[in-house]
Amino acid sequence: MIQVSNLSKRYGNFTAVDDISFNLRKGEILGFLGPNGAGKTTTMRIIAGYLSATQGNVKVSGYDIFDQPQKVKSNIGYLPELPPLYHDMRVRDYINFCGKIKGLKRGRERSKRLRYVIERCSLEEVQNLHIHKLSKGYRQRVGLAQALIHNPPILILDEPSAGLDPHQIIGVRQLIRQLAGEHSILLSTHILPEASLTCDRVLIIGRGKILAEDTTEKLTGKLKGSDTVRVFLRGGPEDLLQRIKSLAGVLEVREQKSEGRSKDQLRQFDISYELGKDRRGELSRALVETGAELLELRPQAMTLEEIFIKITSKESA
Amino acid sequence: MRNIIAIFWREYKSYFVSPIAYVVIGVFLILVSNRFIYKFNDFVQMSFMSTAQAVNTQGLIPKFSINDSVIRYVFQNIRNVSLFLLPMITMRLFAEERRVGTLELLLTSPLTILQLILGKFLAAFALFLTMVLPTVSFSFYLFQYGNPDLGPILTSYAGIIFYGIAVISVGLLISSLTENQIIAGALTFGAFLFLWIVGRVGETTVTIWGKLANYLSITAHFEKFAMGIIDSRDVVFYLSLAFIGLFLTYQAIYSLRWR
Repeated sequence: MIQVSNLSKRYGNFTAVDDISFNLRKGEILGFLGPNGAGKTTTMRIIAGYLSATQGNVKVSGYDIFDQPQKVKSNIGYLPELPPLYHDMRVRDYINFCGKIKGLKRGRERSKRLRYVIERCSLEEVQNLHIHKLSKGYRQRVGLAQALIHNPPILILDEPSAGLDPHQIIGVRQLIRQLAGEHSILLSTHILPEASLTCDRVLIIGRGKILAEDTTEKLTGKLKGSDTVRVFLRGGPEDLLQRIKSLAGVLEVREQKSEGRSKDQLRQFDISYELGKDRRGELSRALVETGAELLELRPQAMTLEEIFIKITSKESA
Repeated sequence: MRNIIAIFWREYKSYFVSPIAYVVIGVFLILVSNRFIYKFNDFVQMSFMSTAQAVNTQGLIPKFSINDSVIRYVFQNIRNVSLFLLPMITMRLFAEERRVGTLELLLTSPLTILQLILGKFLAAFALFLTMVLPTVSFSFYLFQYGNPDLGPILTSYAGIIFYGIAVISVGLLISSLTENQIIAGALTFGAFLFLWIVGRVGETTVTIWGKLANYLSITAHFEKFAMGIIDSRDVVFYLSLAFIGLFLTYQAIYSLRWR
């Protein structure tokens, strides 16, 4: 849906976006992940046609953004970081106005879409209120409604959950997930768990460059080198550590020790084994055979935070 | 065309949602009609007195032109008062959109910049017309109680329209250059004052600079309209000023993409 190739944007000597290329596929949610100032917003603004690029080109649904900007713009629904709202307008009038300028010419078609997006973004209660009276969560949803009104195949959402409370974040996240079937979505965030929860694929970007691109699962796999499970046990022999170590395929075992542990307290082990070989079955059997009570065994996925720190620190080193 | 109308309506309505429209129109009408009443009163008194004098001295009854002594004055007054009030109409047009971020919405919608500019320009112009329209009622009183010449009234309104087009496009340009309404307002006000005062300089000198200064004066070009003459030079001046204003606005908005 979107093909970005060798895109660069320079402000004088400062390079905000440095030769990046990526694709957005149909129906997927692509997460644009990076610290503040990494060039996420700039890239999105270029695709949406608000800024021009210094170099490179972008194709949206087959149209070049420099040759056919109007075509591209009618294919994109764009929600900037700060929702572009006219505070003196009523929610309904505002969305209707957006429909007009985004090419919904016929009144009947527009009111149909209007009803649909108001329902979709749960704005029924506030549709006749002035926007300046709305809470941040509602404003964000009005912004989203604005992006959806002309039923664009592509949505570009710049930090859609920034500044919302946890409840609202869940709401917006669910809404975005629901939209993914009909629309291809490019969304940016600097909140890592959000990317792993909502996105099919993640692009990690730092200082204007793409540092990694993959599904969240694969990214985790690539960086780890081994799989880790964490087990909680009660009891068991004193030389448990050695016994686990001697099991086939186990690379490393660490026991998390806490001071002054009484005998029946939990013992925690982190056990690493070779990547891609699931040893959980054998492991649990072996542990039970030692006489310990196996209370919990859970695979440790590397969180995006860890990936992120690993990648960005590798870059600066 | 639909896009222009959409932009136009939103902008025009927003003038009336905020107090701007009411304040500007109210102030304008108070100042202008106040001068009209005084002038009209003076004229009536003066004609009565001189008629009475003529009757007493068996002389000729003098004829005063209501066009020259009331109407022309009132139109000059409309022109001057609107020069002070128009910055308040134009200052927010682009500055506010830039500050709030809604310009991002407009520029990422499938609109052309020209449609955007024309919609906004027409909205400000329509508000200007809304402001001037009630003064048509002055003519009603003049026709009711006097016998004015219709021609100069019509040409004066034509002059007001051309003048409004030119002044608003300059205001629109300045509004597109900054994110701050107050700065836009102050600069617009300064620019208008300059274009007014520059004519005064021209009056007293006969050098080429003096003539140029006189030519640049947005107020001086209005004089002939008020006298009932439509001079193509004045029309060309106003329209070319409007064209330059709108053209540079286009460039200013277009160049935002390169920042």
